Amino acid sequence: MRKRYIVLTLYIIFLMLPIYWLLNMSFKTTNEILGGFSAFPRDFTLDSYRTIFTDPSWYNAYINSITYVVINTIISVVIALPAAYAFSRYRFLGDKHLFFWLLSNRMAPAAVFVLPFVNLYSAVGLFDTPWAVALAHTLFNVPLAVWILEGFMSGVPKELDETAYVDGYSFPAFFVRIFLPTISAGIGVAAFFCFMFSWVEMLLAKNLTSVAAKPIVAAMTKTASTSGYELGLLAAAGVLTLIPGAIVIYFVRNYIAKGFALGRV
Amino acid sequence: MAEIRIENLRHSYSANPQGEEDYALKRLSITWQDGGAYALLGPSGCGKTTLLNLISGLLTPTEGRILFDGRDVSHSSPEERNIAQVFQFPVIYDTMTVFDNLAFPLRNRGVPESEIKTRVAEIADMLELTKTLHKRASGLTADGKQKISLGRGLVRPDVNVIMFDEPLTVIDPHLKWQLRSKLKELHLRTKRTMIYVTHDQTEALTFADQVVVMNLGEVVQAGTPVELFERPQHTFVGHFIGSPGMNVLPCEVRGGKALFAGIPVEAANIQAASGRGRAEIGVRPEFVSIAKSGIAAEVVRVADAGRYRIVEARSHGHTIKLLLKEGDEVPQSSTFLAFDPAHTQVYEDGWIAGAHR
Amino acid sequence: MNKTFNNKAWWLVLPVFLMVAFNALVPLMTVVNYSIQETFGNNEFFWSGTTWFEQILHDEAFHDSLRRQLIFTGLILLIEIPLGLAIALCMPRNGPWVSVCLVLIALPLLVPWNVVGSMWNIMALPDIGLLGKGINALGIPFNYTRQPISAWFTVILMDVWHWTSLVVLLCYAGLVAIPDAYYQAAKVDGARPWAVFRYIQLPKLKHVLTIAVLLRFMDSFMIYTEVIVLTGGGPGSTTKFLSIDLVQKALGGFDLGPAAAFSIVYFLIILFLSWLFYTLMMREEAK
Repeated sequence: MRKRYIVLTLYIIFLMLPIYWLLNMSFKTTNEILGGFSAFPRDFTLDSYRTIFTDPSWYNAYINSITYVVINTIISVVIALPAAYAFSRYRFLGDKHLFFWLLSNRMAPAAVFVLPFVNLYSAVGLFDTPWAVALAHTLFNVPLAVWILEGFMSGVPKELDETAYVDGYSFPAFFVRIFLPTISAGIGVAAFFCFMFSWVEMLLAKNLTSVAAKPIVAAMTKTASTSGYELGLLAAAGVLTLIPGAIVIYFVRNYIAKGFALGRV
Repeated sequence: MAEIRIENLRHSYSANPQGEEDYALKRLSITWQDGGAYALLGPSGCGKTTLLNLISGLLTPTEGRILFDGRDVSHSSPEERNIAQVFQFPVIYDTMTVFDNLAFPLRNRGVPESEIKTRVAEIADMLELTKTLHKRASGLTADGKQKISLGRGLVRPDVNVIMFDEPLTVIDPHLKWQLRSKLKELHLRTKRTMIYVTHDQTEALTFADQVVVMNLGEVVQAGTPVELFERPQHTFVGHFIGSPGMNVLPCEVRGGKALFAGIPVEAANIQAASGRGRAEIGVRPEFVSIAKSGIAAEVVRVADAGRYRIVEARSHGHTIKLLLKEGDEVPQSSTFLAFDPAHTQVYEDGWIAGAHR
Repeated sequence: MNKTFNNKAWWLVLPVFLMVAFNALVPLMTVVNYSIQETFGNNEFFWSGTTWFEQILHDEAFHDSLRRQLIFTGLILLIEIPLGLAIALCMPRNGPWVSVCLVLIALPLLVPWNVVGSMWNIMALPDIGLLGKGINALGIPFNYTRQPISAWFTVILMDVWHWTSLVVLLCYAGLVAIPDAYYQAAKVDGARPWAVFRYIQLPKLKHVLTIAVLLRFMDSFMIYTEVIVLTGGGPGSTTKFLSIDLVQKALGGFDLGPAAAFSIVYFLIILFLSWLFYTLMMREEAK
C-alpha cells in the first residue's frame, strides 16, 4: 500500500517539476536568468506578465486562440450530436463504412494537411481568420466528438425515446428537452476533448494564420526565434496557456475516468 | 468444515458510528452447526450481505467476534479463514480454461499438480462440467459460469464454509430451478456447511434447513421453514414469507381475550399476552375459512392461482385474504370468516406475544 | 441495442458528413493531384505518373527519418505503456485524493504542444535548466543542442512526461470498471497480488490497453510541434522525425510533388501499422 503511494507521488512530482521550472522562470528578471542557475527567483518580478497584459500583440494572440477554440468546440459538438444519435439509434445505408471513414481521419497526420489546408482556406477567403483554424480542427474533433457521444448515447435505453414519443413530443422537442439533459455528462466530456485538442494543436493553427488571427502558440514561437533570449517572457506566456486547461479539467474532473471508459477514447 | 459461532457482532460502514442508525448490522449472536444448510433471507438493504462479508472476512467487524470451531477469526483474512464464496454475478477468470479456473484455488495454495487433476475431475463430474473442461471459461453461459464459481469453492476439500450471495440472480428462470436442486444435491453429497443469502423466499425455504430472516440490520427470526410458516416471531416474517403474506389485523386484548372489531377471536398464545403495547392478531390465509357465523365480511375479489383461489375480503375496514381449494364454493358477496385457533397468534408491538427477545 | 433500419438517419449525419468531406476529401484530392503531377509554377501541371513516389521511396533522407520515427515510437511505447499501467495500479480507488490525482495527472495533456516544447527546452538548458544542470552536476556531459544522445534523451523524457498520463487515465478507467466481486473472489481463492494482476486486471484491461497502444502509436508517429520547438530536429538531423521532414519539404522547399507523395506514403504507413496492431491484438483476444 505504502509503496504504491510513493510511486504515485514520485510520478506526480515528475509531472510537476517542468511546470514548476516554467513558473520559476516566469518570475525571474532577465538578468537573473542570464546570470546562472537558481532554484527559485531571487528578484521576484511580475514584469513578464505585465508585458503580456499590456502588449496587444500578446493579449490579442490569447483572444484569437480562445476564439477559435470556442468556435471549434461549439461547431464540433453541435453537428456531432445528431450524427451520434443517428449512429446510436439507427442502422442506415453505409453506416459502418461512414463511421470508420470518420475515425480514420483521426489517424491523418496534421502535417499532411498543412499545405492543402492553406490552399483551401485561402481559396474560400478564410485564411488568417479564427474560422479557418476552427474549421480545420473539426477534421479531427468531429469524428472524436461523434465517437464519444455515440458511446454515451448507447448507454441511454431506447425506451426513453419511445416513452417521449408516446407522450407526444416531437423529435426536436424530445431531443433538446429530454435527451440532451440526459447525456449532459457526455456532452461535457466531448466538449472537453474538443477543447483540449484545439487548444494544444499548433501546426495547423500557426500555418493557417499570419497576422490578424495569430494564435498564442505562434506568438510564442516568434518570441523564441526573433527577439533573442526572452526566456522570462516565454515562460510567462507558457504559464498563462496552462490556466484554461487547468480550469477545464477542474470542471470535468469527476467525468474524466468515466469519459475515457464510456467514450472509449 | 466448521461450526460457526457469531457473538455480539455489530458492523458500521462509517469509521465513527454515532447512533444505532449508523450500524448496517445491529447486535447479532447466532450459532451454525457444522454441515448445515442455512439461508439468510431478507429484503434488499437488510444487512444480509454485510453479515456474509463479515463471515467471509471481506469486512472486519466493528464489534463482536466470529468463531470457527471455537477459533476467533474476526480479524483473519478470507484466505486464512479458508472459506469459499459464490457471488451474485458469476466471477470467472476469463483467460483461463474451465480446468484452470477450478484448479486456481488449489494452485494458489501449492497443491501438487497430480492431486489437482483428480480433485478437479471429481468436481467437474459432480457439476457436469467435464465436457467443457478444456474450453475457455469466458465462452460459457451464465449458469455454466456460476457452476465454475461454485466449483472453485467445492474443489478445496477443507473449506470451512461455502457462502452464496444471491447466486441465481442472473440465471434464466428455467435453469434456476435446476441449479437450485443441484445445490441441494451437492449439500447432501458433500456435507459442507453452506450459507445462502437471498431475498427470494422460495430459494431460501427450499434450500435451507434453517432460515435466518433479517430486517433493518437485525435478525427477526431464525428457524426451520415450518416454524417460519406456522409461528412467525414477528409480523414482518409473516408478511415476508408466504404468498400471499399473513393477515395482520389490529386487535384489543381484554380479559384474556383478543377482540377484533369487538368480536372475540381465539388465539394460540393469548395467555402470554401482556396487554401492553400495540396489539395485533396474525393469521395466515391458509388458516382462514368461510363459516356460517363469526366475523362478517364482504368478498371483494377472487383471483385464481392454479390449484387454489385467493379470496380477498373486507371486514370492518380491513382486508383479509384467504385461500380456497380448487372446487370449493366461492361465497356470495356477504359471508362470515373463521380463524383456525391453533394458527392464530397475538402480536404486541410487532413481536409475537411471549417471545424471548 | 436493437437498431431500426431507417435511411432518414442520413439527414442527421449529413452535417458531419459535409463538414468532414470538405475538410478531408478536398485536401486529400489536392495531395493526390500534386503527387502524380509535375509543375513549374503558373498553375501548369504535367502528368508525372509514379515519379514522385519512386523518388520518395528511394530517398535516403526519407529512409532515415522513417527509421528514426520507428525507433522513437517503439521506445516511447515500451516506456509509456508499462509505466502508465503501473501508475494506474498505484492510483487510489476512492476518497478525496482521486480527483486531485486525476486533475494533476491530466494536466500535461492540456498543455499546448509548443509550450511542452518550450517547457522542456527551459528545463533542459545545460546551464540554467533544472534537468540539464542536474545531469551535468552528476558529472555526465549533457547538452541537447550538441549531443544526439542528450537530444534523444530529452525528447523521449518529454514525450513520457506529456503522454504517459493518457495511458494512466485509460488504464485507470478500465481498472475502476472491474466489479469488486472479482477482487473478493480472488481473495477467497487465495490469489497473490501478482495472480490478481495477471488473471483479473490484465485481461480486463486488454481493451483499454489496445486503445492506448493504438492512440500512442498514431500520435507519436505524427509528433511534430514539441520536437520542432525543443530541438528543431537537430542536432544535425538526428531528431528529424517524419512530420518534421514533411513540413520542411512541403512549406520550405517548394517541391510539392515529392511532398505530396511523401504525405500519401506517410498516411498509408500509419493506416497499415494501425490496422496491423489492431488485428494482431484482436486475434490475441479471440484465442
